[in-house]
Amino acid sequence: MIRIEHIVKSFDGRRVLDDISIEFETGKTNLIIGRSGSGKTVLLKTLVGLHEPDAGSVWYDDVNFTALGFRERKSIRRDIGMIFQGGALLDSSTVEENVKLPLDLFTEQSEREKMERVDFCLQRVRLENANHLYPAELSGGMIKRVAIARAIVMNPRYLFCDEPNSGLDPQTSIVIDNLIHEITQEYGITTIVNTHDMNSVMEIGEKIVYIHEGRKWWEGTKEEILHADNPELNDFVFASAMAKRAKAVSR
Amino acid sequence: MLRVFGLIGRYFMLMGKVFSRPEKAVIYRRRIIYEMEALGVNSIGLTAIISIFIGAVITLQMSINLDSPFIPKSLIGYATRETMILEFSSAVVALILAGKVGSSIASEIGTMRITEQIDALEIMGVNSASYLILPKIVAAMVFFPFLTVLSILIGVIGGWLIAAATGIMIPADYVDGLLMDFKTYSITYTLIKTVFFAYIITSISAFFGYYAKGNSLEVGAASTRAVVACSVVILLFDLILTQVLLI
Repeated sequence: MIRIEHIVKSFDGRRVLDDISIEFETGKTNLIIGRSGSGKTVLLKTLVGLHEPDAGSVWYDDVNFTALGFRERKSIRRDIGMIFQGGALLDSSTVEENVKLPLDLFTEQSEREKMERVDFCLQRVRLENANHLYPAELSGGMIKRVAIARAIVMNPRYLFCDEPNSGLDPQTSIVIDNLIHEITQEYGITTIVNTHDMNSVMEIGEKIVYIHEGRKWWEGTKEEILHADNPELNDFVFASAMAKRAKAVSR
Repeated sequence: MLRVFGLIGRYFMLMGKVFSRPEKAVIYRRRIIYEMEALGVNSIGLTAIISIFIGAVITLQMSINLDSPFIPKSLIGYATRETMILEFSSAVVALILAGKVGSSIASEIGTMRITEQIDALEIMGVNSASYLILPKIVAAMVFFPFLTVLSILIGVIGGWLIAAATGIMIPADYVDGLLMDFKTYSITYTLIKTVFFAYIITSISAFFGYYAKGNSLEVGAASTRAVVACSVVILLFDLILTQVLLI
């Protein structure tokens, strides 16, 4: 379980996160949704320690992550996997080297054991025969799959995904979403996904938090989101005129 | 002025991170070998081309300026050798490498910063500064002295070739000059300078890349700032080291 309490974060005097408190549940795919610029990515980066909050705290189970120093955070970071918006694969390394890097740095496994684990993770994301390709030779969907394989190679307890299907076509997006959801359930991981894709919300969202102008505006399930009467949330969820008409008809 | 002090402070803080204990030595060894190829071996061609031409030009210029019956022709070889050893093969080659290697390091690390590759390393618990920068510094400090020696050798060969090809002097006189009054300390001095310059080029350009922000334009700007800063610091240390080591 991950809990954040009264998180505040400002950049150059502009408040980007304003007193946000959320509890993300273990074994579930938790979604943070909101418009572009609403503060979702800053929130996610604050959760993993890439940004330090101005006030408030982040808790991983019973450990106050915010209060830990760089070295103490390392043990928790080994339990974290993260998928970045653009994949963030190391350009100078092959697919295999990218996925193997955490094993090389933090385990004492033999080369054979490491390769078995790498192959297992690449098979898990349905990406075979790509071991020796470089990121520049991969499609957007393949990059996301490699990023997922790298994120799960150390058996993380927490998985963070920053807009994992941005730039992908709707079908590939659903494949990536389902992959994240399957992995979450299979390993009982606490997964937090940042997205503004409503297909993702309806496909994999088990707990959904809506962020608007740096504040938590709404939280609930994907069933509840369709019937919510929060006007800002409805403007976001039913953004197109057609969706608005459909909502009116359903009422 | 305050901004410059701020930059220097951030630079030393980054170096503190770079020189903290590495995660796993074997990974760093592999990366050092990779960087030796990327930064060093790939610079051999450029160094060789520049050195052969500069060696030839120095010989030509010396022969024009020392054209007197009272000055022995062998002095041309001597002057070419001393110029190559004392200044060109360390300081001028370092300035050229600041352009090639420095901009490449700044743009590589800057791109890694803006595409979140550095964030990805940090999330894994890797000391990204040490993992990315330390192998480059070590590789350059080990390999650049070889480039300096190579530059000296090719430079004096360039002088010999132009002497032989144009007939401005007898090649045997040129070789006599090369062997005249040779001080091994000059080589020590130039190698010490090269090691300093290697550290300056890699650490400063990595610093500008590591703190790049924004988009590809910013990476380009960081790369330019890195080359300018490296060049100024190289010239400053050239002066300081000459004062300390030669005088």
